[in-house]
Amino acid sequence: MTDVTTETVLSIRELSIALPKGADRALAVEGVSYEVMRGEIMCVVGESGSGKSMAANAIMGLLPKGVNATQGEVLFEGQDLLALSEKQHRTLRGLKIGMIFQEPMTALNPLMRVGAQIAEVFEAHDQLTPKERQARALELLIEVGIPQPEKAIRAYPFELSGGQRQRVMIAMALALEPTLLIADEPTTALDVTTQAQILALIRDLQQRRGMAVMFITHDFGVVAEIASRVCVMRHGKIVELGDARSVLKNPQDAYTQALIAAIPSNAVPPHRDIGQVAPLLEIKRLQKVFRSRGGWFKPAREVHALNDVSLTLARGETVGIVGESGSGKSTLGRCVVRLEHPDSGELLLDGVNLSQLKGDALRRERHRVQMIFQDPYASLNPRTKVGMAIAQGPIANGTPKAAALKRAGELLDMVGLGASAVERYPHEFSGGQRQRIGIARALALDPELIVADEAVSALDVSIQAQVLELLEELKQRLSLSLLFITHDLRVAAQLCDRIVVMQHGRIIEQGSAEQIFLAPREAYTQDLLDAIPGREAPVAATA
Amino acid sequence: MSFFARFAQNRGALVGLVILLLMIAMAVLAPVLFPESPWRMVQRPFLPPFSQEGFLLGTDTMGRNVAAGLMHGAWVSLLIGLVSTCVALLIGVPLGAIAGYYGGLVDDALMRFTEFFQTIPNFALAIVLVAIMQPSVTSIVLAIAIVSWPPVARLVRAEFMSLRNREYVEAARLVGQSNSTIILRQILPNTLSPIIVLASLMVATAILLESALSFLGLGDPNVMSWGYMIGAARTVIRQAWWLSFFPGLAILLTVLALNLVGEGLDDALNPKLSRER
Repeated sequence: MTDVTTETVLSIRELSIALPKGADRALAVEGVSYEVMRGEIMCVVGESGSGKSMAANAIMGLLPKGVNATQGEVLFEGQDLLALSEKQHRTLRGLKIGMIFQEPMTALNPLMRVGAQIAEVFEAHDQLTPKERQARALELLIEVGIPQPEKAIRAYPFELSGGQRQRVMIAMALALEPTLLIADEPTTALDVTTQAQILALIRDLQQRRGMAVMFITHDFGVVAEIASRVCVMRHGKIVELGDARSVLKNPQDAYTQALIAAIPSNAVPPHRDIGQVAPLLEIKRLQKVFRSRGGWFKPAREVHALNDVSLTLARGETVGIVGESGSGKSTLGRCVVRLEHPDSGELLLDGVNLSQLKGDALRRERHRVQMIFQDPYASLNPRTKVGMAIAQGPIANGTPKAAALKRAGELLDMVGLGASAVERYPHEFSGGQRQRIGIARALALDPELIVADEAVSALDVSIQAQVLELLEELKQRLSLSLLFITHDLRVAAQLCDRIVVMQHGRIIEQGSAEQIFLAPREAYTQDLLDAIPGREAPVAATA
Repeated sequence: MSFFARFAQNRGALVGLVILLLMIAMAVLAPVLFPESPWRMVQRPFLPPFSQEGFLLGTDTMGRNVAAGLMHGAWVSLLIGLVSTCVALLIGVPLGAIAGYYGGLVDDALMRFTEFFQTIPNFALAIVLVAIMQPSVTSIVLAIAIVSWPPVARLVRAEFMSLRNREYVEAARLVGQSNSTIILRQILPNTLSPIIVLASLMVATAILLESALSFLGLGDPNVMSWGYMIGAARTVIRQAWWLSFFPGLAILLTVLALNLVGEGLDDALNPKLSRER
């Protein structure tokens, strides 16, 4: 990735793209110029709404209705892409420019076999005979490293894992050997270890084929891992453009500095001494099995989401549950708050067994354990005012309405939104603000334990840092006990006293954050640590 | 912003409301403007509209005043449309909500019960019910309500099933809200849009169903309705177009007005839309 030649593949000059009236700003992209050379990976970095994907959409001729390029040009092999007709664009797409999307499940046709979908790419450009297409599809699948390619070619997308699907997408994008590959957040929906594999694959393919890659991401860790050059965008403008190493090591712009500083650090967390306190939460041999009913031709499926999980959490302690998707970490959290009913085992909260409570008895105990949800957009009722959303809990537990609403105002003040937010509806707030509302709601009942399920993973890095800071502050101030569920070891390291690593429904390792980072005992934990993007990069040092 | 101000932002809804109020005014003013029974024969039959003073819309096959029929008929048609829809909602919404929220056996039982009604053709069932109960306004309202609640229950159930696992519902469960509070406060408000749209269409269908019933001679023999007027004019549609045209127009306008009002209500109740405008 260092052999940067001077041949320009794509050159964007003074590009401006106008948003439709009534959008939050007039131009999605404003006077942006950058180039992508042959044989380099150009990373376009920015937070949501920075306009980082817009230029890519303009290149592909995929701008949404009502959004138009108003100025500038996009030169690809001497042609101005903005001036092309839809038909000319279509011949270019796939053939010369390949694209990978964020969500491999929705980007693939669920009712079509993988092989047929790859063959379709050739068909669209009238290349090869049907037989050759299948043969090429197989070669491509082998090239992108899918296990058992002969089987995968006959598989439907739902039969593949997220990482395998993304490999299929890459195979499709590479089918016609394009000179430019555009990857729009291709690893955001994937687990860390899978992300590391896909990044390695993209880098490897890029070097082997000498392609130009335009890689759009929000994650500076990924940038450190893969980029040769970086273009940092904010509010539709470029704030910094340059060689990846120099930008990461020595960012000039204040915004870039802030973004890099906001990355959860890789620095080993400091040792925190909790001392010997009586456990608040004791989980003993918790079991949960999900069964899908079998049909006539398929056997019933059993998934051991929780397999003999035991764990303790002391008062005032923050325990991080880390694992990849399917590890059972969310099920554990949902069992602790009793949104799921565990099959067996005990959940002792201050000596009271919550695991077998039902109906009204359960409802009376619910206030003791609260939850902060992952998706700040789905976790607030769109038709309930924010104040009421927070006050509902206390009201349901017998507090008079006026007092509960007053308390809601105080809580909103505490999470930094101001008491005036009480009278507003959720849609008037941004994702980070909504997450603060979610935190206020969880605090409203003065719970003994709060479960945070991926509470910051849907947020931009800078917002994520703010919310984590808020949690840290609240933790100090209210001496909260927190069960923090996350897929991101970096985030866990920042906040947690102790870390529990889960895989396939079992706890495979637990220890202090320091110990997990410095001396992981299990190979899987080591894998997780190694997969953190940008770990060996200078990022760790600056943060 | 007040509820009405938000409602009035939708121009179409305002137009719909005006038409609806006019229809209601017609119904209310009918006994004042036409104190005589609309069934009375007052002129020679087949008098075309706008041809003689006092008979603006002409007369029908028996020499009855069409304008008087139209105004008296407004009362019955609107009453039947609105009341039967309310009754249908009162049956359908709770059933659908309970089935969708609780799922499992409760759902199975309630849905089989619903299917029982759905397997019988609507109109046939309505005819049978009215015939058994003797034609009267009450029996017609009941019959129409009984045949039109199953789609409501189905719709509400589907909405509840998709909403019951939303995170905000789980959050409500977590803070200890009771099932009934969750159903009424958390989920039901979010199902209002489709219910309102369906309800406004149901009023229209109810008016049409009543028309069809009276067309078959199963209307309340003591009251004039738009449906009866169209039914009676069927055989002479080529000689006297106005006999079916004016009641038909009245039905069309009412249905249109209800749809517009429904849409406006939906917008006004949706906090997101009302503030963005």
